[in-house]
Amino acid sequence: MEYIWIFVSAAIINNFTLAYFLGLCPFFGVSKKIDTAFRLGLANIFVMVITSVCAWFLNTYILVHAPYLRLMTFIVVIASTVQFVEMLIKKLSPALFKALGLFLPLITTNCAILFLALTQTSRGYNFSEGIFFALGAGAGLTLALVLMAGIREEAELSDLPDVLKGAAMSFLIAGILSMAFMGFAGLFSGA
Amino acid sequence: MSNQPSVYEETLKGIWRENPVFVQMLGLCPALAVTNSAINGFAMGAASTFVLVGASFLVSMFRNVIPKQVRITTFIIIIATFVTVADFSLQAFTPALHKELGAFISLIVVNCLILGRQEAFASRNRLPFAVGDAAGMAFGFTLALIMVGGIREILGSGSFFGIPLFGDNFEPWVIMILPPGGFLTLGVLLIIFASIKKMRDKRKLVQIES
Repeated sequence: MEYIWIFVSAAIINNFTLAYFLGLCPFFGVSKKIDTAFRLGLANIFVMVITSVCAWFLNTYILVHAPYLRLMTFIVVIASTVQFVEMLIKKLSPALFKALGLFLPLITTNCAILFLALTQTSRGYNFSEGIFFALGAGAGLTLALVLMAGIREEAELSDLPDVLKGAAMSFLIAGILSMAFMGFAGLFSGA
Repeated sequence: MSNQPSVYEETLKGIWRENPVFVQMLGLCPALAVTNSAINGFAMGAASTFVLVGASFLVSMFRNVIPKQVRITTFIIIIATFVTVADFSLQAFTPALHKELGAFISLIVVNCLILGRQEAFASRNRLPFAVGDAAGMAFGFTLALIMVGGIREILGSGSFFGIPLFGDNFEPWVIMILPPGGFLTLGVLLIIFASIKKMRDKRKLVQIES
């Protein structure tokens, strides 16, 4: 039950993109097509799980001795681990690499990833809780991306005033989406 | 050298013409996440200014020493150092503010605006230009944050920098200080700026024709 709660909370109630404003660059940049958005989301889930494992390992074994180095260690270790896994995938499964590869380096410097690692630390999640948190956060990002891409695909076809085209419209759509997600608040208030 | 922009011009461009938030759409996460009040926006802007100017200073100073292949990693470590300093200083001097901004102070590290300036400007230009550029960009960023934060605070809580503006009859638009308010405020601001630009372009066109 505890795990489901962590998952749902990260995915829907406290959606990383729509409630915490994390990972907005890909959210606005790569949300033009549903297919690309979905693959970016999958890559996100993937990197988040790796991040969670890295952060747990660092916190438990290394950073207890030097907590002030947390930020630097997180960034460097996460970035290099992702790069390493990327090379591994390229070698082992070219098909998977083709689907995710392009996005992996881009995601590493995404604020959602670092936020995941930091929040996991400050909430004191253990190993498996961390994984569920990462899965939930990634699923939430994917959901937000795909929804956004779906709406934008439709919006492209409609006749908008000049000043609304591009970024401004995306922000308004995101605002309305975010409002819709607010409806989930209190879903688990008893838990 | 005559057509090279001066330090002064490099500083000014970040405030309006190349404003990081409104024009370049960089650093959006903090620009929306912490701006539910003007003071939070200001604090975030100040912390980012410190990091951006400090990092640009160091990067520009060592630009000939940093090997090309590992430059991004070097930039990130330099930025992370300044962020750690800013994080601990805020925690020590203004614990309440630090609590409110939470993890977003640490997230300055991955603010694309800061890394972007190092890669695009500080690592290629002399010290005064790099610092001028950083200061201008940071000022523009802070201004945008205060603007978004101010609008959201005025509408959402009926106050500005914590000072109540309206009488008791004012019903605050709570939605503005909640997450959707951030998206909507920035969206509306972008529409306003786009309309201003369009009007200006039109006027320019009329002037050329006549």
